[in-house]
Amino acid sequence: MIKLLEHFGKYLLMLKGMFTKPENARVYWKEFIHQCNEIGIGSMGIVVIISLFLGAVTTIQTAYQLISPLVQKYVIAQIIRDSTFLELSPTVVCIVLAGVVGSKIASELGNMRVSEQIDALEIMGINTKTYLILPKILASFIVIPCLITISMFLSIWGGYLAGTLSGIMNDQQFTQGLTKDFVTFNLTFGLIKAFTFAFIISSISAYFGYNVKGGALEIGRASTTSVVVSCILILFADYGLAALLL
Amino acid sequence: MIEVKNISKSFGTKNVLNDVSCVMESGRINLIIGTSGSGKTVLLKCMVGLMPVDKGEVLYEGADFFQLDENARKELRTQIGMLFQGSALFDSLTVEHNVMFPLDMFTKKTLSEKKKRVNEVLDRVNLKDTNLKYPAELSGGMKKRVALARAIVLNPKYLFCDEPNSGLDPQTSLVIDKLIDEITKEYNITTIMNTHDMNTVMESGDHIVYLHQGMKRWEGNKHDIIYSEDEYLNQFIFASDFLKDAKRMRIMNEATRNTK
Repeated sequence: MIKLLEHFGKYLLMLKGMFTKPENARVYWKEFIHQCNEIGIGSMGIVVIISLFLGAVTTIQTAYQLISPLVQKYVIAQIIRDSTFLELSPTVVCIVLAGVVGSKIASELGNMRVSEQIDALEIMGINTKTYLILPKILASFIVIPCLITISMFLSIWGGYLAGTLSGIMNDQQFTQGLTKDFVTFNLTFGLIKAFTFAFIISSISAYFGYNVKGGALEIGRASTTSVVVSCILILFADYGLAALLL
Repeated sequence: MIEVKNISKSFGTKNVLNDVSCVMESGRINLIIGTSGSGKTVLLKCMVGLMPVDKGEVLYEGADFFQLDENARKELRTQIGMLFQGSALFDSLTVEHNVMFPLDMFTKKTLSEKKKRVNEVLDRVNLKDTNLKYPAELSGGMKKRVALARAIVLNPKYLFCDEPNSGLDPQTSLVIDKLIDEITKEYNITTIMNTHDMNTVMESGDHIVYLHQGMKRWEGNKHDIIYSEDEYLNQFIFASDFLKDAKRMRIMNEATRNTK
């Protein structure tokens, strides 16, 4: 318990330490754009594949369970839409991103720590928390919700393809299901979750990477720990946000 | 001039530095020598502020580093260059961008001015046509030279070198020593170097501090060290029979020369 509090205190200090005046705003901006590219473009492939299949599989499994003739076919599209906005895209994709982006951030910072690159920056008079961590968190904060938005669209499209190609429902039924009883807040809720999870993924993995002590083995450990802790916190936050906002 | 005053540093119950005091002289190469675990790297890291001290002061031209406010500390750090044991080059940047990094961060020079300065310092460390290479494509000696170029690109007043010869063959070690020696004299830098290397001690030791179990045990220069009577220092310096013989020969030669 004491260790947990110690980690939490150090995590808060790390976050506080990020907010100092940049030595050169242009260099920081370049780093921010670089991180947006690394996190966004670097994760795009996996997000596309996962989202398409999430939508497709959900369509087929929902159709398999809704066997009652009293239930209209368009309900399947409604279920896909709402489960995509509320849970599948924000939570499942963010858990995958915790693995992809989180481990990358943790191992990159861990390697920089072990090979004394962070010390080299400190010696130059650069605030390493501001230079190395802040751009990663800001980039995640902007890019991950964009990825989730793309994922929502692709998941629904995957559901549409699976539904129409396998003859579960037709074009018209799918469109009817998508538009019927649409609650805008579900989309907002999905995006609130995306912002929250983006912060969790980037800050937790940066914390574990930045504080690595030792060698290659510890970098691997930090990377794994960051993914595990991020996933657990995402699930806690998922429950908390659902209980608070829905 | 850097003055270290009564520095102590512990990790848990282990005392790594115990009341160490010494003066690092301007425009000269100051060596910190000692066996592994004697506290050399910790002393160096305390001097540059990478580690806080438990007790004591590190005075840069009279100002205590640990008492400076954040801005003054940042300002002072732009006057410090450091060559790390593992070079600490940024893997994702080319040689040119590695060396240019401090210029990007701390100067308002144009790109062509920065490139000119980068080429100047790369020339100075005898590296040509490597601008577009990545650190992974360089040999150990080349990495050290790039790191040295990066350390001096802002014309620092103080140069810290943490075991610059580690992992290098004797010939490349001599090249690095010679470069550090020349750069120290050319730019009138206060150089502080940690080393195990006896060639470095005998060639470059303008001022030598010997640490033993976290305490300063001996202080002098490369000429005094030959005649030192300190048991631990002699065990450390003349560890091999070859070096013991070399010491004996040198003392005999000098005695013969004096008699003549």
